[in-house]
Amino acid sequence: MQFFIQLSLDGLTVGSVYALVALGYTLIYGVLKLLNFAHGDVFMVGSFIGYGVLQALGGASNPVVPVWLLLVLVTLAAMAGCAVLGVVIERFAYRPLRNAPRIAPLISALGVSFFLSNSMQLEFGAQQFNYASYNLSGGALYFHGFDLDHVHIPLLRIITIGSAFALMVVLWFLVNRTRTGKAMRATSFDREAAAMLGIDIDRVIVFTFILGSALAGAAGVMFALRVPTFAAVGFTTGLKGFTAAVIGGIGSIPGAMVGGILLGCAESYTAGYWTTAWSDLVVFSILIAFMIFRPQGLFGRVDIRKV
Amino acid sequence: MSEWLPHESESPEEAVPTSGPAVGQDEWVAREGERRASRAGWVGTVEARLRRVPWWAWLTLFVAAGSAMPLFESSGYVRLVGFNTVVYMMLALGLNLVVGWGGLLDLGYIAFFGIGSYVYAIFDSAKFGYHVPSILIVPAAVIVGALVGLLVGLPSRRLSGDYLAIVTLFFLELFETVATNGNQIFGHDITGGSFGISTVFPLSFAGHTLAVQHNGIFAVSYYYVAIVMFVIVYVALFFVNNSRTGRAWRSLREDPLASEVMGMPVNWLKLMSFATGAGVAALAGTISTALNASVYPLNFSPVVLITIYAMVILGGAGSQPGVVIGAFLVSVLLQVLQDPGQARVLFYLVIVVGVIAAYRVSVRLALVAASTAVFGIATHAIAASFHHSWVDGAHGGLAGVIANWVVVPEQLTPWVGQVSYLLLLVGMLCSTQLRGRLRLVALPPTLYLAAFVWENQMIPNPGPARYIVLGLLLIVLMIVRPNGLLGERRVEIN
Repeated sequence: MQFFIQLSLDGLTVGSVYALVALGYTLIYGVLKLLNFAHGDVFMVGSFIGYGVLQALGGASNPVVPVWLLLVLVTLAAMAGCAVLGVVIERFAYRPLRNAPRIAPLISALGVSFFLSNSMQLEFGAQQFNYASYNLSGGALYFHGFDLDHVHIPLLRIITIGSAFALMVVLWFLVNRTRTGKAMRATSFDREAAAMLGIDIDRVIVFTFILGSALAGAAGVMFALRVPTFAAVGFTTGLKGFTAAVIGGIGSIPGAMVGGILLGCAESYTAGYWTTAWSDLVVFSILIAFMIFRPQGLFGRVDIRKV
Repeated sequence: MSEWLPHESESPEEAVPTSGPAVGQDEWVAREGERRASRAGWVGTVEARLRRVPWWAWLTLFVAAGSAMPLFESSGYVRLVGFNTVVYMMLALGLNLVVGWGGLLDLGYIAFFGIGSYVYAIFDSAKFGYHVPSILIVPAAVIVGALVGLLVGLPSRRLSGDYLAIVTLFFLELFETVATNGNQIFGHDITGGSFGISTVFPLSFAGHTLAVQHNGIFAVSYYYVAIVMFVIVYVALFFVNNSRTGRAWRSLREDPLASEVMGMPVNWLKLMSFATGAGVAALAGTISTALNASVYPLNFSPVVLITIYAMVILGGAGSQPGVVIGAFLVSVLLQVLQDPGQARVLFYLVIVVGVIAAYRVSVRLALVAASTAVFGIATHAIAASFHHSWVDGAHGGLAGVIANWVVVPEQLTPWVGQVSYLLLLVGMLCSTQLRGRLRLVALPPTLYLAAFVWENQMIPNPGPARYIVLGLLLIVLMIVRPNGLLGERRVEIN
């Protein structure tokens, strides 16, 4: 039982990172009907920005600001940087292809993804960058926390999961309770009709990219607080994030959250009860199972195409 | 018969006016050539002449030129590059089938290349003690590749672009995982794990083994085997493309819904295109493995996938000669980028041609050129006045030409390189947005920055630099010329 709780906790932590990445995919897919392959690399850039800010503020061992402020600043910087990056990518790589055949932006997205990961490698090399979060105020993030059935739950886990959920709630509020959110939903439902009703599609798309990329930036920091980050990390994480979005039902926000956590838990249980080497196989099987039995995902709606 | 009758009208069939369409042929289709705008002047004439040369003549010419290469090049390295280029061409042809004709975004394509390689390696290596003759194992590998392709495509029943893309991309990832961890499948070693299989036998035909090396250098026979395979693939695909199935694929690409309404078995056609492409990739894998005598999981990373995509997109998806030329160009490009001197030549060539193409021969061109030169010389002079080690780093081809222009320190401080790369990106993005005079002002510093970054960052790091160039190539091509060099422009009708 203890082992199970431990694994569930791991799954929940990894899953909340996947969920944040999946949300970005889902948002962008919903509005633009584009599979943004570069999203995983935006996530990677976010983790690098976080690392840079962390080092600029004195590193994990002796930061110049209190730990809570440090974490907030690092996350905010990564979110802001990624938001800018997302807007730039949209402006220069996707917008010129708005009316091109559907395969064109996909290939452009592949190019962006490739460009970003290799640029990072050119700039900073292929080595790993460690936040060394265990050094933050003498390991407080790991020693503190509370015990559940003799399983120690470190503070860092609680912060990660908690802030991921907080971000999701904020996102849900933005999408469902604001004017811009309404415009987003309208655009996602039918772009042409939305444009005819006076919604500025370009603005909505830029806003979506800001939201999605900022979430990816936050996810990047949460990821890198646990394990070291490196230039090629975006590809795999992006893939997992997209799988989570498909499982949850692409275009659905609660779906992305549930899908991400499901995926994280599946991986964690595979690693715990079987082997780490084959966790990809399990994830792939889940993806295939969904494709066969429920292609619209858990929360997706069935698309009816009119001729 | 009287002599004044035209000779042609003797037989009744030929009396039918030749300009009209034949029976059963659509007039709009038949007159397609007449609507094609041709260029004026001698360029148009040459173009029209060249267009009339039949495809097999081009192919023969191309293959003859390729086959003659070893006569002039005795370097084993260059011949090996030639071999790899032919393998790339085969891969590009297979991907063209899926992406260019079928219109399906197959991101697991390289996995099928890997499957072909591994099937060959497992059943024809000392590691496991099998030695199946090539005449059996090569077709078997192709069939296995195609069947796995079918299996992978099957679950994504709807096979709409995005779902197929993600399933296949995941499949590629999975393939790498299986290959890397294949040495512990329930206690059995199947793929050799991350160390791969390194004792693969060369190709053997009817008891004769085709040695991989001849007198210590690359055996040119493999180059010719690859060319023969390439020709077979090319011709076979050419006829497939002109068959009923090929036409069905293209109609599917243009409009799946319309094709379905016309009664085409859409899903089956998609699967077929997918599986055939996988088979071609597997074929390329067998010969490549036979030559390298080894196979490693890392040979099949997404990096190779992007390379093949760049080839297909550059050449023009959908056009067979196009993707072959694209494969050739990208393969040469990757080689050139590894050599500092050649990379330098290429860079300045591209810059000069690009600026001339943008401004033509005009006053503004002279302005840009002059101000870039002056800007560079001034910067160089300032840098040199601080310390000579700031400008002493340039070596290799063309170093004399740029010696007084680009600042190349012996040892570049890392943050300078990082900041200048970032600035270059900003400058490039800005100069695409600016117009008129502003662009004229922004261009010289950007060009100079590009030269600086190229000399100090890209040339010392050919690994990432090559792929940055490929990534940029994909993005820019998609925006500027999505039909590539030889592809036909596709018009999306909504």
